[in-house]
Amino acid sequence: MSIGPAAKVIEARTGSRLEKVLRAGHFAVTAEIGPPKGADGRRIQDLAFLLRDCSDAQNLTDNQTAVVRLCSLAAAVHVLHSGGEPVLQMTTRDRNRIALQSDLLGAASLGVRNVLCLSGDHQRFGNHPEAKGVFDLDSVQLTATVRRMREERLFMCGEEIKVPPRVFVGAVENPFAGPVELRVLRLGKKVMAGAEFIQTQVVYDVEGFARWMAAVRAAGWHKKTFILAGVTPPRSAGALRYMSRIPGMRVPEELIRRMEKASNKPREGQRIALEIIDQVRAIAGVSGIHIMAINWEEAVPEIVSMAGLYPRPRPN
Amino acid sequence: MILARPKTVSSILPLVWGMKSLVVAGCQECVTVCQAGGRKEVSCVAQLLEIAGKKRGFLFTIAQVTVFRQCDNEYLAPLDALLKKADACISLGCGVGVQFIAERHPAVMVIPGVDTVGGGGTVIPGVWEERCAMCGECILAETAAICPMTRCAKGLLNGPCGGSVDGRCEAGPDLPCAWEMIYQRLRKQGRLESLTRIRPPKNWAHSGSGAMRKVIREEVMPCLSVQPLK
Repeated sequence: MSIGPAAKVIEARTGSRLEKVLRAGHFAVTAEIGPPKGADGRRIQDLAFLLRDCSDAQNLTDNQTAVVRLCSLAAAVHVLHSGGEPVLQMTTRDRNRIALQSDLLGAASLGVRNVLCLSGDHQRFGNHPEAKGVFDLDSVQLTATVRRMREERLFMCGEEIKVPPRVFVGAVENPFAGPVELRVLRLGKKVMAGAEFIQTQVVYDVEGFARWMAAVRAAGWHKKTFILAGVTPPRSAGALRYMSRIPGMRVPEELIRRMEKASNKPREGQRIALEIIDQVRAIAGVSGIHIMAINWEEAVPEIVSMAGLYPRPRPN
Repeated sequence: MILARPKTVSSILPLVWGMKSLVVAGCQECVTVCQAGGRKEVSCVAQLLEIAGKKRGFLFTIAQVTVFRQCDNEYLAPLDALLKKADACISLGCGVGVQFIAERHPAVMVIPGVDTVGGGGTVIPGVWEERCAMCGECILAETAAICPMTRCAKGLLNGPCGGSVDGRCEAGPDLPCAWEMIYQRLRKQGRLESLTRIRPPKNWAHSGSGAMRKVIREEVMPCLSVQPLK
């Protein structure tokens, strides 16, 4: 399959609100919704209702940490029903190229306008560690596939698509995993494959993130894609410590100590999130934030408002 | 070589319970090297079966034979006479050996005595590691001769996932991240540009996901005009 470089400067073309916000030069805010471990659409609709005004788009995770949950596609439709703007997360762990392309067509037909391409956490972490990991494609190949379907109107096999999926294409990057040079090379690959926006792993180590961003700017990738820094307000010291043990996460020890000492922990967590938002906003090349308030979505509207990012722009 | 891990005799026993005459068949190739199915292991399995039978007041007649190569029909002849009289054959060869014996003796129940793991080698005595997934489409030239199909837990083709930290794989702290190894080696070789190339999706039709694979090479086939001796 052919893979061409993506350009950031093109006019918005997918009907995605997130795309319009970013291309209009606004500092974007996205928020994460983790679908429940049950057939509970109501919970997602409530969360979408809570988040739709304080964020430009809402990510629906795809069986995150390889735990079975309500599927991201159905969750995205619940968000649409609540007047939200879903970002459909798609991992290559559970579905092959046939299922991924098919789900993408289905999602676009239902009005989903944003897709985030990931490989997904290894099944060993989840609640079905005996499962066969599919990984027919990797995240770079999935990104290229979605762009090809949208722009060239072709399936991977080369057959024509009559009505292509008009979706804004994103990918993820972890600034803290391994050598910076390798992470930037990998980011470049995703951009070349067609990633129009990048959501990063949660940033607690702002210095490490700034080093990575400096390397990203040196390579010029920030001009070809929109980079949204991941932010997770910690609710407790225990939550921070738990996150510090997740592969690919880096949590400075002094941050954990600061939370331990705080008398009002949620308030302190909110303060930490606000400080991080201010700091990453000041870094050149950062186009927005992606708030992952895991099991603490209620905190998001206030954080966005206190960060001076509310109300959200509503470009046409 | 093909790596294999011995099955426990207690898992084999229920399959042969009530039978009288057994053959335990070893192989002198890969399974001898990884100490799962050579002459020594054949003797162990045979004796353990005998003891287990005796404890339950049962007497097996067990023949032991280790052929040069179970995956080659020509070398299976030493089994013929023994298998004519046997109720079952426990093959300590890899999955190929088990099936080749069964194809030659379709009336006999052939039981695998090992679990075949994959293509690998000896790292230190007692430790064997997988290196080849037998995907049928080798890309080692592009990945500094480190196989991401076996050594990356997700089989990624375009670099590491976000879960690799300090050179370790997210799927296990004792596993090195294949893509960080590839990066380090390419760097030493001055070939980092190889990491900027987007590798297209793999053609799994060449792998075990396709139909049964077959290698046909006419140039090494015996001359067809010559009839084999009867």
